[in-house]
Amino acid sequence: MKLSQLKVGKKGIVKGFTDLEMSVKLMEMGCLPGEEVTVERVAPLGDPIAINVSGYQLSLRKREASTIILL
Amino acid sequence: MKADIRVALVGNPNTGKSTLFNALTGLNQKIGNFPGVTVDKKTGFCDLPDGRKAEIIDLPGTYSLYPKSKDESIVFSVLADQTNTARPDLVVIILDASNLKRNLLLYTQVADLKIPVVVALNMMDLATRSGITIDIDAFAKKLNVPVVPISARKLQGIDQLKQTISYANKLSLQEDTIDVRSLAPQLIAQIGEEMRVDNPYYALQLAHQHEHLTFLTPQQSDRIEELEQVHAFHSQKAQAAETIARYNFINDLLYDTVTKKETAHEESWSNRIDKVLTHKVFGFVIFFAILMFMFQAIFAWSAYPMELIESLFVWLEATVKNILPAGPLTSLLADGILAGLSGVMVFIPQIAILFAFISILEDTGYMARVTFMMDKLMRKVGLNGKSVVPLIGGFACAVPSIMSTRTIENWKDRMITIMVTPLVTCSARLPVYTLLIALVVPHRTVWGVFNLQGLALTGMYLLSLVSAIVVAFVLKYILKARDRGYFIMELPVYRMPRWNNVALTMYDRAKAFVIQAGKIIISVSIILWVLASYGPGNRFEQIDQKYQQPQYTKTLKPDELDRRIASEKLENSYAGVLGHTIEPAIRPLGYDWKIGIALITSFFAREVFVGTMATIYSVDGDADRIDSVEQKMHNARNSETGQPAFTLAVALSLMMFYAFAMQCASTVAVVYRETKDWRWPAAQFAYMTVLAYSIAFITYQVLK
Repeated sequence: MKLSQLKVGKKGIVKGFTDLEMSVKLMEMGCLPGEEVTVERVAPLGDPIAINVSGYQLSLRKREASTIILL
Repeated sequence: MKADIRVALVGNPNTGKSTLFNALTGLNQKIGNFPGVTVDKKTGFCDLPDGRKAEIIDLPGTYSLYPKSKDESIVFSVLADQTNTARPDLVVIILDASNLKRNLLLYTQVADLKIPVVVALNMMDLATRSGITIDIDAFAKKLNVPVVPISARKLQGIDQLKQTISYANKLSLQEDTIDVRSLAPQLIAQIGEEMRVDNPYYALQLAHQHEHLTFLTPQQSDRIEELEQVHAFHSQKAQAAETIARYNFINDLLYDTVTKKETAHEESWSNRIDKVLTHKVFGFVIFFAILMFMFQAIFAWSAYPMELIESLFVWLEATVKNILPAGPLTSLLADGILAGLSGVMVFIPQIAILFAFISILEDTGYMARVTFMMDKLMRKVGLNGKSVVPLIGGFACAVPSIMSTRTIENWKDRMITIMVTPLVTCSARLPVYTLLIALVVPHRTVWGVFNLQGLALTGMYLLSLVSAIVVAFVLKYILKARDRGYFIMELPVYRMPRWNNVALTMYDRAKAFVIQAGKIIISVSIILWVLASYGPGNRFEQIDQKYQQPQYTKTLKPDELDRRIASEKLENSYAGVLGHTIEPAIRPLGYDWKIGIALITSFFAREVFVGTMATIYSVDGDADRIDSVEQKMHNARNSETGQPAFTLAVALSLMMFYAFAMQCASTVAVVYRETKDWRWPAAQFAYMTVLAYSIAFITYQVLK
């Protein structure tokens, strides 16, 4: 499953990425394989989303979230 | 001032780095430039307990030494460049204790560069509150660096930190965090050998970043590129491997030194606030309410201090005229410089209030939420959620806002943001609008709470946002994308604003405005006064002779005679001639030659308009009466028709002109600095001038 498909309030564990360039940027921000992510909320217009990862809140667009594969 | 030791502050954004900087340096700070780049360099001095003086350099906040934006790229350059004069002897790396994992990534990178480091562990109270316990001794021992727990906001631990800085070793003693060499063994070895670099991580960073490091010669950079080809180095893959290795190290470190109590899943404060502030409906309602409140407040709260400043200058002008003997010099001082200055200084309260609001919005973390909410909308028109900050900042001043676009990673988004930011109503337009609105819009309360003048001003602000969005939308189809856009951004937890930081921003901005605008205003006022007080050939003598004839001296009262002489002299002065020259071009917009003079003088800075009006109507008016600019303009009559010069149509047409015209030399300069290509400011100037002329033309022709 992709992170972009996860519903608000649900948790998942990062398994890997489909895009190398994005993965480098996401991993620097603490979003890396083995990390637990929770979808906290969706922006009022449906995009971007806010997730909780590594103990803080990160916002990213759905397109970027779709490059994150969950366990 | 010469410093004994140079200390750089490095850390993630939102870790309290600037607060620590303020705590260490107090008011003893200045903003300059890093050599060769235009990123603001904030430095200050700090007295160490051993009597030495430390120069503290505040580096831009970054999550990693691999820059994602222009702003962040400065950090590695400063830390690595051996030739850079700003190269620090010691790095104080500030870590957010409540968010250690992500913060430690940057620490491990900086530590591996083998520059002496001291760790400042900030926000310990926040960490404790969320159930995090850090074994600081074990933590320090594992890394083999001094670790000082601090609370920058509460000024706790600052003395210990100063103590630690003064005891800090000249050599780096920290443990290696990861085995850097294993990431690209041969490449690191060869770069190390050829460039005489003994630090493996420095060599690896050169391989990653050589393309945009200005301290490398083109030959060196080409050679590194060659070596990368030879050893089949893949930058992104190597970076991914490095990041994973670093987080493995961090996880091990945290496992041994940090315990987190599993608190019953209690919703954090920040989350609860977010539920309301980023709500589907209320989110936008609140955002627009905040903007509305901001503009109403700018008007309401500044009224009293503005009156004070205004009357101070009226008094000053009168005193100067009373004390000094009448003559050209007194007239220059009172009618030229003081009149011009007063026109601008009265806007200090409004500018200070505006900057206070913006700094509060940024400080609390609300600005990041606005970015989050607006991203989708902004993307539709070719912008980016992060464009919201420059656009709102544009309400204050386009110059720092255009510089702040550096945080936008995507080239096309950044260019469009730069192109449209000067359309947003900046504080220099505020004096022009305020004056013109006060002239033609009645001071009345409508619908119970709204001030009609405030509403008119809000309208001008909204118009500027709409025009920025429309232009961005057009540019979206003209510019071609260079790289893929993305939006990965931290949403910091909500905080109370740091009031002394807000006060410092107000003071800084007001000071910068007074100094920058003041310089221009004084010189423009002097030039203008000369141009308005002298004329070509012997025209002035002819006027004097004309009015000495009995047909005038007998029939006219002395007052009226003086006024006629003054008015005719102004028209025949150099300024008048200049105004008359451009009059045919501006008459379709409803302006006469006097407004023409103001258009010319405010060509480089909009706010000069008000000062010019003050000067022109002082020279023009009755010398014995000292009125405020508004009264002077209110009494002004069109020299041909005798009707009031500032009708609704003229004032609105002028406001439209100032809304769209690019009358700001500083903005042109900063756009050139940021784009490094004259075609950008040229294109911007051209489209804005065309818009200004056409919209002012339509406004006047429809309303007259």
